[in-house]
Amino acid sequence: MASLSARIVIRATNRELEIPTGLFIDNQFVPSVDSASEPIQAVNPSTEEPICSVVAGSAKDIDIAVAAARKAFNTTWGKNVTGFERSKLLNKLADLMERDQDILAEVESLNNGKPVKIARDFDIGDSIQCLRYYAGWADKITGQTIEVDNKTKLAFTKHDPIGVCGQIIPWNYPINMWAWKVGPALACGCTVVMKPSELTPLTALMLSKLIAEAGFPPGVVNTIPSLGSVGGAALSAHMDVDKVAFTGSTVTGRKIMEAAAKSNLKKVSLELGGKSPQIVFESADLDQAANWACLGILYNTGQDCTAGSRLYVQDTIYDKFISLLVSKAKELVIGDGFDEKSGGGPVVSKTQFDKVWRYIESGSTQGAKLALGGQKRPGKGFFVDPTIFTDINANMDIVRDEIFGPVLSVGRFKTEEEAISLANDTSYGLGAGLHSNDANQCMRVSSALEAGTVWVNQYNLLNNNVPFGGKKQSGIGRELGSYALEEYTSVKAVHWNFGEKLDWPL
Amino acid sequence: MPSAFTHEFNTPAFKGKVSFSTGLFINGQFVDGSDNTTIDVINPTNGKVITSVSEATPKDVDIAVEVAQKAFDTVWGLNASGATRSILMGKLAILMQENADELAALEALDNGKTFNFARNIDVASSIDCIRYYAGWADKVTGQVLETTEAKLTYTRHEPIGVVGQIIPWNFPLLMMAWKLGPALACGNTIVLKPSEFTPLTAIKMCHLLNEAGFPPGVINVLTGYGGTTGNAISSHMKIEKVAFTGSTLVGRKIMESAAKSNLKNVTLELGGKSPNIIFDDADLEQAVNWAAFGIFFNHGQTCTAGSRIFVQEGIYDEFLKRFTERTRSIKVGDPFAPETFQGPQVSEIQFNRIMSYIESGKQAGAKVEVGGERQGTEGYFIQPTVFTNVDSSMKIVQEEIFGPVGVVIKFKDEDDVIKQANDTVYGLAAAVFTPNLNRAINTAHRLKAGTAWINCVNSFNANVAFGGFKQSGIGRECGEYALHNYTSVKAVHVNLGHKM
Repeated sequence: MASLSARIVIRATNRELEIPTGLFIDNQFVPSVDSASEPIQAVNPSTEEPICSVVAGSAKDIDIAVAAARKAFNTTWGKNVTGFERSKLLNKLADLMERDQDILAEVESLNNGKPVKIARDFDIGDSIQCLRYYAGWADKITGQTIEVDNKTKLAFTKHDPIGVCGQIIPWNYPINMWAWKVGPALACGCTVVMKPSELTPLTALMLSKLIAEAGFPPGVVNTIPSLGSVGGAALSAHMDVDKVAFTGSTVTGRKIMEAAAKSNLKKVSLELGGKSPQIVFESADLDQAANWACLGILYNTGQDCTAGSRLYVQDTIYDKFISLLVSKAKELVIGDGFDEKSGGGPVVSKTQFDKVWRYIESGSTQGAKLALGGQKRPGKGFFVDPTIFTDINANMDIVRDEIFGPVLSVGRFKTEEEAISLANDTSYGLGAGLHSNDANQCMRVSSALEAGTVWVNQYNLLNNNVPFGGKKQSGIGRELGSYALEEYTSVKAVHWNFGEKLDWPL
Repeated sequence: MPSAFTHEFNTPAFKGKVSFSTGLFINGQFVDGSDNTTIDVINPTNGKVITSVSEATPKDVDIAVEVAQKAFDTVWGLNASGATRSILMGKLAILMQENADELAALEALDNGKTFNFARNIDVASSIDCIRYYAGWADKVTGQVLETTEAKLTYTRHEPIGVVGQIIPWNFPLLMMAWKLGPALACGNTIVLKPSEFTPLTAIKMCHLLNEAGFPPGVINVLTGYGGTTGNAISSHMKIEKVAFTGSTLVGRKIMESAAKSNLKNVTLELGGKSPNIIFDDADLEQAVNWAAFGIFFNHGQTCTAGSRIFVQEGIYDEFLKRFTERTRSIKVGDPFAPETFQGPQVSEIQFNRIMSYIESGKQAGAKVEVGGERQGTEGYFIQPTVFTNVDSSMKIVQEEIFGPVGVVIKFKDEDDVIKQANDTVYGLAAAVFTPNLNRAINTAHRLKAGTAWINCVNSFNANVAFGGFKQSGIGRECGEYALHNYTSVKAVHVNLGHKM
């Protein structure tokens, strides 16, 4: 039997460590029950070298994990554990994540490519806060008592945990997306079968080890790295999974919702793609707006569902703003995540790299002008430098499609109405930003923008206690804040008769 | 220079040495009172002085309010995010856990409750309370309200500012946690006066507050007398809110002072004369056990004490027989002996008060079924006491005794008992014993009390609201409700296009 751990060496920090590579079921790392299952290879996108391989789960493994989650839900979790207990365990998990933040940051950087410092201070820092935030909710899940007929009936609601939840997370923020999913689910008393992305399974497995260490009962959280078409499909179609939560592409989101509908009508929440616009009005602080615009498209090397990938600049300040924008975008150093100088890393894989370049080529072919970028780097690593297109029109692929790389499309507008119209001209509706010093304009435009999150004079920055999610085809449901609790709660209404006798026949 | 309290515990329940400064805690430092006077802390098992602590004067209250206001304006209030407040409170809970045994020993020492109860109920619940409110700190939300598209209307739930908190001696640490928790979670700064009878755990907590990293001035603790320090707090022009737990008598004074000074917000958690109703289909053994717990827990020094026990005719005789037997079996003695259930009453004043109520009961013609006398010759121990043959005109039936003295009253039916149970100016709690849940719910709903217990008594949870109807109080503690006491709601109307 192959060993269920791998020794990896991180040369840049002189660190050697063992990471678990088995499937995590019932607090144990185990092999697949399917001998035919090909392992998944985790790759370093900065060097294109393999890091190690992990066991890939098959549909049968998903069955076993779901059964473990169901058993835990019926015996040691769900209504068998108090909110206070769930709160303690989630806080302990946060403490452990904090203890291991440096190691986790390095492995996150190694597998995803993002700079180590950003992984530690932002991805992991936010994740620890997220877990603590939901630890605080665990003992505050309240139903209502409702006034009906005081003489005969007591009516109240109980906010029960939904049950066994399948959670499918992406590769762009592996640890952060893990926390966003696990936090509210566990706070509400649900059990979890988690399918991390096959591109970035390593930190999910390390976090699974912390789940066991924190003291969660076996089966409460199970982790099955596998291909989306295998594990993800199995979870969405599973007859004993009560709810599936997915973050990823809109294309895959549709498949998940379809599978849910065709199987057991499980509850679905989706956090999908975006083609989020930023609007810069003439009264804006241009220097600040340019900073936020850069953050919007370059943070995480553009691999962000809310990436501000379309930018509309008012005519009167267009030239001035563009020159500011280009000079600032040039300042970002894209490089290896372990290099101190890197402000951004490579894109995560060859597939993504090729996809981003196809879009860059189409931009030029379809008539947009390159203000920055467009040169492929030679050598190893999936590095894509900041790329800015101008002179766009609404029909171009680079304007309609989500590219998921550091590629910005810039357009211009005359009036506020035009800007709003351009911004809303998309089937997506995840994020939007506007920059203006006219308060009334800020109010009008933020009201008019069709997006689940609107940033005024800012971009990209989220808070764990503020809800997040998409309008239109960017998603269903909300994460973060108290709103996430609704996704993991099933409401039961109880009508308790204590005073009415029924006559029969009526 | 304030003195240090140094004590060696060498008891069956706890062994250890404690040593900490006992000054007033102002701006993160321990200081003498401005008159350099002190208050003696008495050991209620023997009447001897344990130590003395600094005494606060109205001048010290002024100083504390000033530093609390400064902290609110600079490092606390909305200058500290909910997440920050949450983290500090989380640290405090951890430190309380690490110091749990010492806190329990200190509590048993100056209050007289048993070390076991102090450790397993008082200290454990206090930690749970702080943890619970740490979780609320980043979840204080206002609302966005639909009016018209020409207007954005929302509310902000802002911290009030400097709040005054005056806590009693019966559950010193727990009452401190119930007050600090929601106030800190919402971002307020605090001037807190513990009871002069039981200051030790409050002072120890100040050391933990520093260790946890709360900025100086956020919490200030002034040991002092109610008539001086407490009064200075309730009448202070710069304190925007006062929260008090204690007797109804003092509660009135506080509300009066608030009205006469700056109309500060007031929440009060006062006395009770809570009924415990036992129907004849109740599980008798359980009813007896809970009834005993209801009146004798904490030596009867509980605002929710089930001090009027109503027993339906059908089971009255059997209940009384078992209840008096149960009462006789209560072990009264050294708080640090593991088999003790009931220690001394907290002070000589309380002892005298309770003994005079017992005397009045005897004089009025009530029958002493068990107890009725002092226990021993040293300290403030009183025998657990049960009266029968009472009527509603008697002081022991109407007034809050706050000691191990219960009255047992026979009743006929539901309507009869509800009328008797509600015949009181108080309305803190009530309990109903019957397996017939329809009747239980119906009765619970008809009782005028802020907490109705069904088939249990004195059962508390950090997340369940608690407070009184009628003269038992104003406002609610625990749960989400407590947050309302510590926020100030501002409505903001932003005009987007309505031209005048």
